[in-house]
Amino acid sequence: MSKRGTTTVVAALVLAASLAGAALTVRRLDHLRTGATAEEALYVPSPRILQRMSLGYTGLLADIYWTRAVQYFGTQHHLHSKQYKLLDPLLNIATTLDPHLLVAYEFGAIFLAQKPPEGAGDPDAAVRLVEHGVRENPSAWRLYYNLGFIQYFERHDYAAAADAFQRGSRVPGAYPWMRVMAAQMSQHAGDLQTARFLWSSLYQTTESNDIRVNAAKHLRALQVDEQVSVLEKLAAGFRERTGRWPASWAEMVAGGYLRGVPVDPTRKPYRLLPQGKVVVQVPEDFPFITQGLPGEEPSGRTQTESK
Amino acid sequence: MSVPIAHVARNTFREAVRDRVLYNLIFFALLLVGAALLFGQISIGIQRIVLINLGLTAISVFGVVIAIFIGIGLVSKEMEKKTLYTILSRPVRRWEFIVGKFGGLAWTLVVNTFLMAVGFFAALLLLAHHFERADGWLLVAIYFIILEFVVVTALALLFSTFSSPVLSAVMALALFVIGTFAEDLRAFAAMSHGATRLFATLAAYVVPNFASLNVISSVAHGQPIAASLILYNTVYSLLYAAAALCGAILVFEYRNLK
Repeated sequence: MSKRGTTTVVAALVLAASLAGAALTVRRLDHLRTGATAEEALYVPSPRILQRMSLGYTGLLADIYWTRAVQYFGTQHHLHSKQYKLLDPLLNIATTLDPHLLVAYEFGAIFLAQKPPEGAGDPDAAVRLVEHGVRENPSAWRLYYNLGFIQYFERHDYAAAADAFQRGSRVPGAYPWMRVMAAQMSQHAGDLQTARFLWSSLYQTTESNDIRVNAAKHLRALQVDEQVSVLEKLAAGFRERTGRWPASWAEMVAGGYLRGVPVDPTRKPYRLLPQGKVVVQVPEDFPFITQGLPGEEPSGRTQTESK
Repeated sequence: MSVPIAHVARNTFREAVRDRVLYNLIFFALLLVGAALLFGQISIGIQRIVLINLGLTAISVFGVVIAIFIGIGLVSKEMEKKTLYTILSRPVRRWEFIVGKFGGLAWTLVVNTFLMAVGFFAALLLLAHHFERADGWLLVAIYFIILEFVVVTALALLFSTFSSPVLSAVMALALFVIGTFAEDLRAFAAMSHGATRLFATLAAYVVPNFASLNVISSVAHGQPIAASLILYNTVYSLLYAAAALCGAILVFEYRNLK
């Protein structure tokens, strides 16, 4: 091999070895300094200062801050954290830098409003965010829709929800059922049917796959809530007739209360606990259910029927 | 255009396109546009917006850097290499030399912007598979970026006529940064009183106004740009560049080249 060829080979080998060594060292450093990389900090908390620092390129900075909000939410959610203290300021910065970044209002409000660990559990901050979006984008009817949702589901302020849907229905291009929603709020607020109508309409009309997935989870949760409630009533009926709680689903099927073992929307059988309490097998499958959660199981024998 | 101006401009363009730094900057700008395709994937719902924001910002920032770093050497380099004396010993007047240099660099930047814009639109097509009617406003944003380059080039050339390259770069960059705050400066002037008001008002109108030339955020959302804004931005940029160019001609005309 010529001198030049030798130099090339040696240099290439040293280069590859150095790069690999550097990569390994960085991994080691990351292990040593986990606290430093996971540190929660907003180095510049003021959106106005950031606006000046961006030298006019506010759109790009807003995108970066929105992405930071998404990554922060994802990380906290992954860690099952109940603390989302940077979420609101990050969203505030992103939407001040770019007031027309509709996606930040729509998703940001969901992140803020949902109860922990699915969200920050701060519906007031979510309302503030969407109201800001409405002020900056009065022709974006979807924001009124998001506002109505938060008022209805998270704050249970049915009058405010009706008002949001009513205002949204007046925006040109809004779906006609916005008016129906406003009417539904004043007549059937709090009904399971109303909730189902809201989530179904969101599921059918949203252009975002993530929002559709979220709506589907809520619809499944409503189905579970309704089924658990019906099953517990049937168990109570069994007790009224026989003077004791049913010991298994088979007893209820034999008694003519059910046609078969009841299953949840993921096709897993419900569990029948003593004192007629009905719970789902895997609560993690249904993050938004209010009924059928295991909680503290009553003392005594626990029955699980699979067939 | 007179023949000497055309000759100087053509040679400036040739010299600029031979500069390897230029290709590096274009490469990095295109790399950033490509990276925007990946950046959108770690976020939610902003793939297209981030591509437009990052793509146009890259074109603008790298173009300004090219304008400044080539612009500051336009005169000083010719003096350093003593080629200026050869040029001026021919039937080329000093003002023709300055205008030719400006024209050559401005044309270089237009060509660069065209190349970067082709890369940007290719990335957009790759992402969206089709163009929308609102994408026409992206061309307006790119046109405004070119106007920005014209002003920056004129300023870099002005500083180049009386200062060292390093100092010229610092001054041109500082003026670019201050120019992005032009609207704040005017607001500050309106709020102040007495001599401060006079000084602030003067400063606000002397520094270039780059704020109105940046419509990247608006076009990323498909918002239309008013025809009046296009007209006034064009008139303003051409007038400001002409003023800076005249300043450069005046300084250079009286400069002792011995």
